[in-house]
Amino acid sequence: MPQFRVPSAIPGFGLTYGFVWLYLAIVILIPLGAVVLFASSLGPVKLYALLTRSDTFAALRLSFGLSLIAAAVNAVFGLIVAWVLTRYSFPGRRLLDAAVDLPFALPTAVAGIALTAIYAPNGWIGSLFAQGSVWASWFGPLKIAYTPLGIFVALVFIGLPFVVRTLQPVLSDLDKELEEASATLGAKRSVTLFKVVLPTVFPALLTGFALAFARAVGEYGSVIFIAGNIPGVSEIAPLLIITRLEQFDYAGATAIATAMLVLSFFILLLVNLTEAWSRKRLGHVR
Amino acid sequence: MELKIKNLRKDYGNFPALNDVNLDIRSGELIALLGPSGSGKTTLLRAIAGLESPDGGQIFFGDRDASRQSVQERNVGFVFQHYALFRHMKILDNIAFGLRFGQGRKRKSEAEIRRKVLELLDLVQLNGLEGRYPSQLSGGQRQRVALARALAIEPQVLLLDEPFGALDAQVRKGLRRWLRQIHDETGHTTVFVTHDQEEAMELSDRVAVLHKGGLQQVGTPDEIYDTPATPFVYAFIGDSTSLPVEVHNGEAIFEGRTLRIGRVDPPDGPGRLHIRPQDVSLTTPAEGVVRGQIIGLRRSGGYRRADISVGVKHDRVEALLPPEQEVSVGDQVGLEFRRYAAFADDKEPPKLGLAREKQAA
Amino acid sequence: MSADAALALGPSSGLSEPVRLPSPVTESRLAQIALIAIAVAFLAFFLLLPLIAVFAEALRRGVNAYFASFTDPDTLSAIWLTVVVAAIAVPLNIVFGLAASWAIAKFDFKGKSFLLSLIDLPFSVSPVVAGMCYVLLFGAQGYFGHWLDSHNLQIIFAIPGLVLATIFVTFPFVARELIPLMQEQGTSEEEASLSLGAGGFRTFWSVTLPNVRWALLYGVLLCNARAMGEFGAVSVVSGHLRGLTNTIPLQVEILYNEYNFVAAFAVASVLASLGLVTLAIKSGLEWRYGDQISAAHRH
Repeated sequence: MPQFRVPSAIPGFGLTYGFVWLYLAIVILIPLGAVVLFASSLGPVKLYALLTRSDTFAALRLSFGLSLIAAAVNAVFGLIVAWVLTRYSFPGRRLLDAAVDLPFALPTAVAGIALTAIYAPNGWIGSLFAQGSVWASWFGPLKIAYTPLGIFVALVFIGLPFVVRTLQPVLSDLDKELEEASATLGAKRSVTLFKVVLPTVFPALLTGFALAFARAVGEYGSVIFIAGNIPGVSEIAPLLIITRLEQFDYAGATAIATAMLVLSFFILLLVNLTEAWSRKRLGHVR
Repeated sequence: MELKIKNLRKDYGNFPALNDVNLDIRSGELIALLGPSGSGKTTLLRAIAGLESPDGGQIFFGDRDASRQSVQERNVGFVFQHYALFRHMKILDNIAFGLRFGQGRKRKSEAEIRRKVLELLDLVQLNGLEGRYPSQLSGGQRQRVALARALAIEPQVLLLDEPFGALDAQVRKGLRRWLRQIHDETGHTTVFVTHDQEEAMELSDRVAVLHKGGLQQVGTPDEIYDTPATPFVYAFIGDSTSLPVEVHNGEAIFEGRTLRIGRVDPPDGPGRLHIRPQDVSLTTPAEGVVRGQIIGLRRSGGYRRADISVGVKHDRVEALLPPEQEVSVGDQVGLEFRRYAAFADDKEPPKLGLAREKQAA
Repeated sequence: MSADAALALGPSSGLSEPVRLPSPVTESRLAQIALIAIAVAFLAFFLLLPLIAVFAEALRRGVNAYFASFTDPDTLSAIWLTVVVAAIAVPLNIVFGLAASWAIAKFDFKGKSFLLSLIDLPFSVSPVVAGMCYVLLFGAQGYFGHWLDSHNLQIIFAIPGLVLATIFVTFPFVARELIPLMQEQGTSEEEASLSLGAGGFRTFWSVTLPNVRWALLYGVLLCNARAMGEFGAVSVVSGHLRGLTNTIPLQVEILYNEYNFVAAFAVASVLASLGLVTLAIKSGLEWRYGDQISAAHRH
């Protein structure tokens, strides 16, 4: 008979294992179970109807769409940042490396009001694009805060560390012999980067992208201040959940939450499958 | 392609990785760079490839000064210790890499590239594996793909870094013979790095022994083994033990007695007499060159190894004896040396233990 | 180029000055500078500027106005409440983290990776959804709402709700730091200790804990910073009762929405400073004890 656990001389398994499950049950499983229970009591037809309400649908589309774009931008710039931080030495590198964690360290509400202050029409960056700026005289005024563009800025802010921190260990473990092999075979540096380095780190890049995306979809604090929250235009899904709850519309809130949970689940699944796939195909061989 | 290395120097901080190395490599020969780790052998190989930028000296490929060429321009086939296969590419694409992306190489059509790759797979006896990924191959197969990839660019010289280092002993022996065969078929000038003296001796036409960034001796395996040029080579290649002697007018004096052996070369002063275990034979205490007492006996393959304590300072000499010879621990014996080598005493004696350890690794 | 001239000289040219070849495994100097410039500019605009803005806005009307912001009794009670919530949530999560890492790292059992995914779950659940869970359970119209009401108990719009929501979003931090490190360290030291006659708790206290102390500190710091700064989850369960259920981040929101910008940023600067101190200690720990803190970080 297959055993549940490998026998061990170390004591304390029963106690800690039991406590872990008890804690998980109280803090995570029962609360999340409540969402699932509530959602299933609604039934698929009702759920669908709730999700396709025009304001709900607009909010979900906005959240998912902007998160996708922000994660893509983070993938590109996060790759550059991670590369620069792992490969080059220059004054201030350590400081820059620490700064990457700022979105983790700065509470979301703090980041939210700070970003709003900067990108508002009278803010440091916002004023560069507002009425009367050089930009406006050429292209017309561009409003950043209180528009979807502002949401995008906030989502880039909170997503960047996911890409950088996922890539960094992979880049520093990257076997230099691979790049040397490419060079001895006559490949230019740019060819080596795009044909050898990029494909090798691609699974990690995808993981970072997915994590940044998942975080962006659920993000609330750093977004609501800069978003303007105009229904149908710049109202994000998490805000709509709160609005529904304040109106005691638990069904409406649950529908949106379910959509977001299902998406998070698929993202996690995608990440795990990508990692499993790349482990299997690429192997851990050198 | 003939290779000339002139006064090559490379420092890592204060540590000289290569110290004025001069080496001529003949066209079409298979030469081993042998030495313990940290001896500079890999640095030398990488400098030839252009992966390492030397701090002085020159490298000539034929009449051409390669020192000023980038690694891409040198057209060398380099086989890395861990193969460095591109994991995300199929075997076919790995081997075709240099043909597709090599700078300044005439572009071939895909059909030509494919034909060439299949030809190489045939040469390295991996037919039918072109569609696999590197992770689906065994270590020995990966090694052969790495070689095929290096050969694909028709290199001027083939460089291999510890080509069998990552393989287990059985596979290693088979591949060794096979590499020699490929070399003889293709005729490339081939340089390979190894810390395994058996591998170097068995495989190569000539062996270059390096120690602490300096070239100790270059020669055929026979020359290296039979007439070691330095105490390091003597100690590093094969087994040996040594006795401290005083040299005076070509005579070796051990603990006040002149040894009844021929003339020795080193100048007057302290020296060491090196003897290989198989060159020691036992006789009666009265007849031997030196006297000693057997302090240990071990069985070693087809022989018996005797540890013999010699002189008042209990210097240790090892002897390889036929198993039928009747000796036992505690016997007083005399030692005869069939062959020996004497060198002036180095301030730093070769680290024998270290060298052995490296060979075993 | 002089390269051709040098080629023509051939082997007899003797010694020449060494030629520095560009490293084959890095980009040209120009490309490096360009990439560094892009990275610095990107990080400066997106990450550093907001940080500077917090302090600049807080001090916009001078130091006196800045400190005056902290005399508001609502703000003071928000600070106090935040400390209370963190003081309950963080120790609970430490106990959980130690138990989870002991069970997962020191034993082999079925379903381990499933358990690990469950522990990671809060990272991928929106904080707003986390708060909503508790509203569905304990809210006025939630599953237990009626029962709680009839027993005169309140969880939502009260401190218990804030604590629960905070635990939800912060509980992986300690476990996440400890598990990979303890897995890497294996069980041989514990087995040695047990074979020498030490008891299970003694072994944990004298052998396991010292081995993971820096990673534990690291996890606690991250957990605490997040607990004090959490906004989305607590904003769902708080009810925004001034002076009663407002934590610091919620107080920032209220001040900001009342256009009391200086006060909002002043209070925010406290949180930002907490974040900066955490970041500084974290970087210091990584720099000093990098090998004793696992490399596998994902938040």
